[in-house]
Amino acid sequence: MSVAVLPYTVKPHPVTGVYSGKLGTWLFLASEVMLFGALFSSYVLLRVGAPATGPAAWPSHAETELSWKIGGFNTLVLIISSVTMVMAWASLKMNDLAKARKFLGMTVGLALVFIIVKLLLEYIPKFQAHHTPSHSNFFALYFTLTGLHALHILGGVIVITYFIFPGSSLWKKDPEYYTNRIECTGLYWHFVDLVWIFLFPVLYLM
Amino acid sequence: MGDAHADISKHVKAYIGVFVALAILTIVTVLASRIHFSGSGNIVVALVIAAFKASLVAAIFMHLKWEKAPSIWWALAICAIFFVFLIFLPVLSVGDLPPQAQHGMWDVSPQAGAAH
Amino acid sequence: MSEGHHDQHHNHQHHPELSYWRKYIFSVDHKTIGIQYALTALVFLFLGFCLMMMMRWQLAYPGKAMPVIGNLFGEGNMPGGVMLPEFYNALGAMHGTIMVFLGVVPMVVGGFGNYIMPLQIGAPDMSFPKINMASYWSFFLGGVVMLASFFVPGGAANSGWTSYAPLSVIATQGQTYWLLGMVFLITSSLLGSVNFIVTIIQLRAKGLEFFRLPFFVWAQFVTAFLLLLAFPPLEAAAVLQLMDRLAGTSFFMPEGLVVSGIPQAYVGGGSPLLWQHLFWFLAHPEVYVLILPGMGIVAEVIANNTRKPLWGYRPMVYSLIFLGFMSFVVWAHHMFMTGMGTKISAFFATTTMIISIPSVIILTALVISLYRGCIRFNVPMLFALAFLPMFAIGGLTGLPLGLPAADIHLHDTYYVIGHFHYVVAPGTIFAIFAGIYHWYPKVTGRTMNSALGKIHFFLSFVFINAVFMPMFFQGMAGVSRRLYDQTMYAHGDAVQSLTRMSSWGAWMLGLSQLPFILNFFMSLVAGKKVNQNPWEATTLEWAAPSPPPHGNFATVPVVYRGPYEYSVPGIRGDYFPQHVAAEA
Repeated sequence: MSVAVLPYTVKPHPVTGVYSGKLGTWLFLASEVMLFGALFSSYVLLRVGAPATGPAAWPSHAETELSWKIGGFNTLVLIISSVTMVMAWASLKMNDLAKARKFLGMTVGLALVFIIVKLLLEYIPKFQAHHTPSHSNFFALYFTLTGLHALHILGGVIVITYFIFPGSSLWKKDPEYYTNRIECTGLYWHFVDLVWIFLFPVLYLM
Repeated sequence: MGDAHADISKHVKAYIGVFVALAILTIVTVLASRIHFSGSGNIVVALVIAAFKASLVAAIFMHLKWEKAPSIWWALAICAIFFVFLIFLPVLSVGDLPPQAQHGMWDVSPQAGAAH
Repeated sequence: MSEGHHDQHHNHQHHPELSYWRKYIFSVDHKTIGIQYALTALVFLFLGFCLMMMMRWQLAYPGKAMPVIGNLFGEGNMPGGVMLPEFYNALGAMHGTIMVFLGVVPMVVGGFGNYIMPLQIGAPDMSFPKINMASYWSFFLGGVVMLASFFVPGGAANSGWTSYAPLSVIATQGQTYWLLGMVFLITSSLLGSVNFIVTIIQLRAKGLEFFRLPFFVWAQFVTAFLLLLAFPPLEAAAVLQLMDRLAGTSFFMPEGLVVSGIPQAYVGGGSPLLWQHLFWFLAHPEVYVLILPGMGIVAEVIANNTRKPLWGYRPMVYSLIFLGFMSFVVWAHHMFMTGMGTKISAFFATTTMIISIPSVIILTALVISLYRGCIRFNVPMLFALAFLPMFAIGGLTGLPLGLPAADIHLHDTYYVIGHFHYVVAPGTIFAIFAGIYHWYPKVTGRTMNSALGKIHFFLSFVFINAVFMPMFFQGMAGVSRRLYDQTMYAHGDAVQSLTRMSSWGAWMLGLSQLPFILNFFMSLVAGKKVNQNPWEATTLEWAAPSPPPHGNFATVPVVYRGPYEYSVPGIRGDYFPQHVAAEA
């Protein structure tokens, strides 16, 4: 009888010291670093090479009309959501599924606040003021960087929501496996927060 | 299992502590941007603070402080090296030109051609 | 104890008999997925080859109507059977794209890597079987999008496989499909590379330390890191180009661009060179993705058919790792002619020269491995042996390209085409053939016909050189690449006989594949049935039945020694498989 069992999906490998999902998540995050890195590199190249005058010149901070207050608020929202995310994992480690689901719910809520603030207080007013991606490379980068970041937030929201509702049935079958999956989701979530920590000063303050 | 409880409550203290630190550093970032440093000073300061915040997130929220698995550290080290290449080499290729050729260098309009 | 118990529970979901769809179409078994990748890739390789055979007609007989099939491509592409320049460009761009992204990489990584690697490490499957399935279907979707682009108004992408801006930004609709297709293909690669790395780290059998791994597995390991870390910048670049095309941004669009007298409506300030940096940041490691698994296959076949261990296994492995690392810092040797300064050009020329060293070490070690071997000249070995001088030619001709001064004359000429095709065509593709003939018995339980295989080999070897050798001379004579009609120029016209030689070589090469195609399908039903280790090999995949069942091994293997213990003194027989316990 063949043994079609995949080891180390839950318990860590005795030599490498990690369970497969966590290693996989970190590798995925490494590729994400290169993805956002390429966009940051583009930002540097385009800013350095921008003409000194004319419509394609790099706008001054005042001209961008980006509000550090809104950006700062969103930064704090995301940081708090990272705390709630890691608290969800900690609650599972302390065997409290109900608390974990509450923390996961708060994470989703905060993420949606971030998105709504972005959409209503930034994206829509920018489009109305003709600060569109085609208007200047600054806005092209602004929308691309924050847009890609926002898509990552939405992806995270979908995954976390899954784990609050249908996915939580895994807790009954294999609580450690469920906890590990929340840990991996958390790693992804913290990474998304980390990207924003760099985006905020670069876009809003420089 | 009882062990995990004690561990986790220590961790929870760390999480709250990091949150406070991050909030303060965010404010510091905003304030620092108000001060005008010479040359590229502002961007350096902002990125240094951001890097410090990022390291707190990575160490505490992402548990790297307690992470012993060598494969994860190898993956991060390799990634860091290539990230540095990706950020610096393209812009260095631009920097290796005379200053007047650097700004608006990709302006291919006839007027610009005359100016060059 | 509890871990195994839990996993048995998980496994119970897999044991009931699966429906046809779950078993053959949406399978999570690495072997089924490997076969899906391999068959799909073979179709794309064939298609990419057909595109090129069409191009070669236009090149050999410019402006003449293509016989027999010329009228099948529509008045928009080939009015009266004569190829339009735009269509030639589309064929060229898609030939490159299909061969690289839909043919070779899915074959060597998705096909061979998926099927063979878990077997060679003694694993029951990949670490993430569902993600493995997702990566195949993402590849499939990407392929569909790429093929669909031929049928949209304006035809397929026609700005080269390199899609340089600003041409690609103002190009027809097909380019948007190319970009979307690339997003699917890159996603597929990223999912696959995570899977490969985690599987190799986590699921090696007991006793299988890193320096007991077959060289093929090391090659896949390094390749996976290249895919993981080099592809995301191209994904970013594709998004930026999509924004330029669809949202009117100017990431790659300079100020004041005028095309055919019409000023383009972009605010400008962008940089065409930014596209080149981001593209080549991937595309250079990508060419190592093309060659490394091939080297892995050749190493396996050579060790097996010389009946002795590989010479220099450790230096080969260290070279592989060094090569992978260096591949990330050479990319701007594709950009020497873009006006970069001398300091940065010197930097990239230096790294390029350095990267040739590990390649030479690997090639030399493989050649030395033949010395005093008991060589079996079976079909896989013929292809593996031919790989060596062919890759040497490809590698050596890269050197002048890596030196800026020589590159001034050779950049964007046929010399470049000759160089990279030697590495990929009689290089990697010969390695692919070696791998197919070598592992066919493992996948099907039957061998391919040897006589047909030898005919396939000799004809292919002769004609592939007929296609690509003339190109070095054409390039040195100054003939540019991507030229729809080189006879427009006196210097091109002067070497038109070389073009005809390449074209006829290509068509004969196409015909030479018929014995292979016949053999491949015929042997499925009529090939000689063999036991599980017909080549008397030492690596773990030969310890599983042919073909292996779901879960691969009846009992999980334990590894006692290195991968190439052939002709070990004191052992009965000339090979000592890795999983066999030492005799008492």
